[in-house]
Amino acid sequence: MDIAQTSFYHQAILTLAALVVLASFVMLGQGRLLRIVFVLALQGALLALATALAAFSTDNPHFYISSAITMVLKVILIPIMLRRLVIRMNIHREVEELTNRTSILLGGASLVIFSYYVMLPIVHTSHMVTLNAIAVSLAVVLLGMLMMISHRNAVAHVAGFMSIENGLFFAAIVSTSGMPMVVELGIAFDVLVAAVLFGVFFFHIHSSIDSLDVDRLNRLNEVEK
Amino acid sequence: MAWLIALLQTLLFIALAPLLAGWLKCCKCRLQNRRAPSLLQPYRDLRKLSHKQPVVARQASWIFTITPYIVFSATVLAASVVPLIAVDLPTAAIADVIVMVGFFALARFFQALAGMDIGTAFGGMGSSREMTIASLAEPAMLMAIFTLAMSASTTNLSVAIDHVLAGGFVLRPSYVFALLGLMLVAIAETGRIPVDNPATHLELTMIHEAMILEYSGRHLALIEWASQIKLMLYGVLIANIFFPWGIAETYSLEALGSGLLAITGKLALLAVLLALSETLLAKMRLFRVQEFLGFAYLLSLLGMLSHIILEVID
Repeated sequence: MDIAQTSFYHQAILTLAALVVLASFVMLGQGRLLRIVFVLALQGALLALATALAAFSTDNPHFYISSAITMVLKVILIPIMLRRLVIRMNIHREVEELTNRTSILLGGASLVIFSYYVMLPIVHTSHMVTLNAIAVSLAVVLLGMLMMISHRNAVAHVAGFMSIENGLFFAAIVSTSGMPMVVELGIAFDVLVAAVLFGVFFFHIHSSIDSLDVDRLNRLNEVEK
Repeated sequence: MAWLIALLQTLLFIALAPLLAGWLKCCKCRLQNRRAPSLLQPYRDLRKLSHKQPVVARQASWIFTITPYIVFSATVLAASVVPLIAVDLPTAAIADVIVMVGFFALARFFQALAGMDIGTAFGGMGSSREMTIASLAEPAMLMAIFTLAMSASTTNLSVAIDHVLAGGFVLRPSYVFALLGLMLVAIAETGRIPVDNPATHLELTMIHEAMILEYSGRHLALIEWASQIKLMLYGVLIANIFFPWGIAETYSLEALGSGLLAITGKLALLAVLLALSETLLAKMRLFRVQEFLGFAYLLSLLGMLSHIILEVID
């Protein structure tokens, strides 16, 4: 069966899935922190839109609530918090030197292929149209991890962590008919608390090593060498 | 009848290309608060150049004099493959889209040779830069084309457009990516901002202009015309593959007329978009072009992957 035979809402959800991966790739190759935060907000918005569409097409009204929570938390609150942190620590003009950007991006592309390979048996188990996007959501998780490996700035690590959470959330949307409300609210709250804690940690790191470059943490020693 | 229309379409391609260049210049002038030259100015320039006697350097070999003709005819042959106002033309059945890329490569090869033929420093520099960019742009372009070919199961442009038309409006993630990738490649290949500035003669930044610096008279006219056709060709590719609605499917007069109107409107809109992006963006450093084209390749690759991952449903 081809995508042309599916309904328009399914096509839109699949397209949004592809755009979510694109947002992950853009974050992966971006050296400016404010732009990373902006793309993270954009990814959240795509996610919220996909959730709302899923709510409409599968007739699951409680998806609307998760869509609204996503909208408030991941598009408005957390990006604004990160943005204010970056500006307050006066690192918004720094451009992070990414070593070997092209090979990181191509590594990301191979991660997408790997997650497709891993998820193929699961996709074959069901005839749900949106289940195809589960490989994409695993790819978003892996790309978030790759982002935490390849970037050195702590804010970029937090963005990578948040995009991992986005990937898991997306997997839940496309493969199940929604998580229980308790779980969903709990996760949303956890993410919010994590963002606040990260902010506190930023200040600690920043005040102790005068930078958010985590590579410098290697040089912290009790004794001077 | 079909052959006649095919011939007519190719001639139309050649005749309308300077008009598109004029319209693009007009849009750019408006956006920069300048008074625009007439839409027909490119035609006047071509006529003026073709009346002038070409000056050829004493050391120039036959490659230098034959290159403008090869470049022009290769570009025209490539244009004859692309459906402009009607699909299912006999010329489209002869060659597929990979042959079209091959024609471009042939033209570029001779242009680079001619740039080095005279032995000036600028020519060699321009050739080396052009080949660098081309070697990065070509994989991205082919990847975008393969995405299209996989979903339509053909590399023939006309059949692929038929496939898109038959499907009606389908939102395909792979096409979104292929469209973006092809747009970036088109900007790089036709030498527009931010990769190259077609209006500059500043030594440090020019790429295409450096190669053709030694040309004059009718040779220059042919090369300029060929690059205008190439710009239009990319525009037609983007417009007709991804938004083919309006193209003539029969050979009746009104179908052809509406096809012509549709493609004119689409190209005018694309030119406005291009002028906007050229006004908003600054030219990037030469060494950042690699990243730009790497991103184009990534987009095309993601297009292909999302076709395989998302669009095949069992």
